Amino acid sequence: MSLFLVNVLLALAWAAVTGSFTFLNLAFGFVLAMGTLSLIREQVGSVGYFSRARRVISLFLLFIYELILSAWRVATLVLSPRMDLKPGIFAYPLKVDRDFEITLLANLITLTPGTLSVDVSSDRRTLYVHAIDASNPEQTRRDIAEGFERKIMEAFR
Amino acid sequence: MIDDFITLLSAAFVLIGAFFALVASIGLLRLPDLYSRMHAASKAGTMGSGLMLIALAVHAADSGVFARALAGVVFFLLTAPISAHLLAKAAYAVGYRLGPSAVRDEMAGQDTENPR
Repeated sequence: MSLFLVNVLLALAWAAVTGSFTFLNLAFGFVLAMGTLSLIREQVGSVGYFSRARRVISLFLLFIYELILSAWRVATLVLSPRMDLKPGIFAYPLKVDRDFEITLLANLITLTPGTLSVDVSSDRRTLYVHAIDASNPEQTRRDIAEGFERKIMEAFR
Repeated sequence: MIDDFITLLSAAFVLIGAFFALVASIGLLRLPDLYSRMHAASKAGTMGSGLMLIALAVHAADSGVFARALAGVVFFLLTAPISAHLLAKAAYAVGYRLGPSAVRDEMAGQDTENPR
């Protein structure tokens, strides 16, 4: 996390030196600082930083992809003349235990195909998820565990 | 040439965004209970407004507008699931049960933080 701070500070330094604090220049400075950090990654020990950055980006891309898929699925469902729904609430046993990770997972679940997180049990071990198609909760549970939960664990541990 | 391309691209984003916003409102009318309706509102709705903001960002071709439109998309992505989650949780807490087509409810009788 401190390397991320160094990265931001270097980007700010770039913006100050070039004398323009526009969004594009800051973004360019950030990429430049990232390149600099990757040159000295052996010395400052930022190897982990880059593989983590890659995993955070891959989590973000998975999220965008799932959001598009989910909007599309809702669209086809809503526009089909006969709506054949089997909605229901199922329990999902949580492997992540930090508040931040539970929040992130709950938000990601809400924005993905056919699922909406409703509540967390008071011992923080179970997430209650509403699915628009709850006929096969085992499959949905496996999808969440192997998709988002694994990616979150990879990105933030 | 590049101007034509940007115009076409932003027009496409506006049209697709409008389509998803329409789908979200049709979903609100057609789906059977509050929980299923939140699916339409939170997903198709976010997608629709996000795409229209991206269309604005592409069309304006100005870094200030671009940054603000992107910030708008990010705030949509952050807030839409939270409001959907809170609405569903509040509805469950006051005793609004699943619709007649529901196949299971593993939350019934469980220990959650809902004040009863």
